[in-house]
Amino acid sequence: MTRALALINDKRVRDWIYQIALIAGLVVLTVYFVRNASQNMVKAGIASGFDFLWRTSGIDVPFVLTSYTQADNILALFWAGVANTMLVTVIAIVLATLLGFVLGIARLSSHWLLSTLAGAYIEFVRNIPLLFFVLFWYFGVIAALPAPRDSLSVFGIAFLNNRGLTIPLPDAPANFRWAFAAILLAWLAQWLVAFWARRRKERTGRDAPVVAIGLVLVIVLPILAIAWASLATRWDIPILRGFNYRGGFVVIPEFVALLAALVTYTAGFIAEIVRGGIQAVPHGQTEAASALGLRRGQILRFVTIPQALRVMMPPMTNQYLNVLKNSSFGAAIAYPDVVSLFMGSALNNTGQAIEIIAMTLAVYLVIGLAVSALMNWYNARIALVTR
Amino acid sequence: MSEATLPLWRKRLFGTPATAVGTLVIAFCIAWIAVPFLRWALIDANWVGTSRNDCTAGGACWVFIRARFGQFMYGLYPVDERWRIDLTGILFLLSVVAIVFAPKRLQLRLGLSALVVLPPLGIWLLAGGFGLRPVETREWGGLMLTLFISVYSSLIAIPLGILFALGRQSELKVIRLVSILFIEFWRGVPIIAVIFLASLLLPLILPSGVGIDRLARAVIGLGLVIAAYMAEAVRGGLQALPSGQREAATALGLTYWKATGLIILPQALRISLPAMTNEFIALVKNTTLVLVVSILDLLGIAQASLADPNWVGMNMEAYFFSGGIYWLICYGLSRWSRALERRGRQRQR
Repeated sequence: MTRALALINDKRVRDWIYQIALIAGLVVLTVYFVRNASQNMVKAGIASGFDFLWRTSGIDVPFVLTSYTQADNILALFWAGVANTMLVTVIAIVLATLLGFVLGIARLSSHWLLSTLAGAYIEFVRNIPLLFFVLFWYFGVIAALPAPRDSLSVFGIAFLNNRGLTIPLPDAPANFRWAFAAILLAWLAQWLVAFWARRRKERTGRDAPVVAIGLVLVIVLPILAIAWASLATRWDIPILRGFNYRGGFVVIPEFVALLAALVTYTAGFIAEIVRGGIQAVPHGQTEAASALGLRRGQILRFVTIPQALRVMMPPMTNQYLNVLKNSSFGAAIAYPDVVSLFMGSALNNTGQAIEIIAMTLAVYLVIGLAVSALMNWYNARIALVTR
Repeated sequence: MSEATLPLWRKRLFGTPATAVGTLVIAFCIAWIAVPFLRWALIDANWVGTSRNDCTAGGACWVFIRARFGQFMYGLYPVDERWRIDLTGILFLLSVVAIVFAPKRLQLRLGLSALVVLPPLGIWLLAGGFGLRPVETREWGGLMLTLFISVYSSLIAIPLGILFALGRQSELKVIRLVSILFIEFWRGVPIIAVIFLASLLLPLILPSGVGIDRLARAVIGLGLVIAAYMAEAVRGGLQALPSGQREAATALGLTYWKATGLIILPQALRISLPAMTNEFIALVKNTTLVLVVSILDLLGIAQASLADPNWVGMNMEAYFFSGGIYWLICYGLSRWSRALERRGRQRQR
């Protein structure tokens, strides 16, 4: 009896009891849920397993990047949805970052009116639901655009109207493949140059014109390559025929609305991160750097930006993952992303809720984990080395 | 305007030639957008009338909002029973006021008893039964539903979040692992998918015959996700506490739960309150997503009202009105959260 009491009063034994009880409780709960689910599914006549993925989908998707057609199987539909999610996410991240940086820097501007205006925009978008922006852009703005006949023309090659954005499409993509290969090579070359310059600086202390070379390799050369490819290719330019445009590629209004909403909303959050990052660099740092004789550009490049980036990186990653998750708001206006295609249409057709929900959530979890791992690695690389 | 401020304004806006040019450019842009907007929203707007035909001026037709004000606030809740919603709101507000102004030693006891009494009382008042006329959740809607979902989801999310934040800090490996998995799972998936998931899976995993209300499913789903975000907010407060606090409590002979309840949480929650408020703001904004399972909160009612054939083309009016209400709620809360943060910093000094 006393031995048993001693055992119960032993902290290690009690800790084990708690943990085993927790596991047992979770197992019992899971078994209970699974049993109920299988009974309910048998009663409702729903099949289980992943066989449905190879069934013909028969779902028409208005906007596909992959080679998906109605005759393909449901797995192809899944990938078409994933591709659409990724497309809107990546473009939204790029544009929101640009707008966010502009707003964040404007917020810190010494010009009172400019910084107040940026502040008002930030306070405005941060306190309104994203779904509001999605619906507003879709039903408020895009639906109010003129009909194709009176489209807003962008330099006579792209046309914005209430059926979406019609953009020109190259007839043959071969030239663009060459251009992209050249761009990749240039980026690799720039990386090597930077590596060489750093080594040389460590050895001899002399600077190499890395920025100038980088400007040519990373910005000028790609622009030239794209310009060459665009000029050497025949373009399929949309032309108004009857009530709508023929030719070119139609970016559906759902995409335009979702993109506009994601960009305008996320930029408000990125602007605050940019502001916080720049303000987090103590004033003494720039003063010390200028006391050491660094020029303004050098201070920015070697002192302010590296330290601001270090502060900005984790919240920025969070925002990018938020954009990925928020791209699912497209389901509210039937943008064919993975949630609306797979969790919506495919689930309605097959009824296999558990499998479909698991696959959809897995998309987000896998991408999220991969990005987190990448960012942890990058953070560890740029982290401050302290004693 | 006093003499002292006038030069400051002038210096800010026209201090140097470059500043002056910038000011003029920006002022021109503001005027270019704001003047037509103000003309539409105020000067040319229609305020009185009963139908679309009363909107003869070119601007906004606020008559539409007036005519549908009841729906925007209460949804399709029966008009005769709307006093119950008002009463619930007043009871919640009164108890908050009572707790804030009560003497310090009574605050905790009052708060806990309000937490036990109010939520079931609110559900009884809103849903009816036991003497009141039952009102199905299908008929709930508008701002009242937005607030209902926000409050009841956070009633799930806050206790659960605190538990998982403690679990994540626990020395026991299994408990820590379970907490991390729970938090990272819910934080990693889109909320819209969780609402779909809750509305599809909850009826599936419960014993057959046990029906679960559509609205309850959405509240549970949102509650689970926000719990994960709340847990991270609370973790910030727990990590900010020096480890000496728990060590001292343990040395005084307090058990884990006593040390947590009396020493750790009161301090940690005070630190995390601004972060938790921010999560609550995110929750208020995310309640709009219940639209995808056709529950009509404020934004949903605004969207649904656009389909009324008697009021065609009222998109902008509906959006600006509902968006404005969201903005007022969230901006007010965020100002409060910032004030809390400032007060917290001053206390530390």
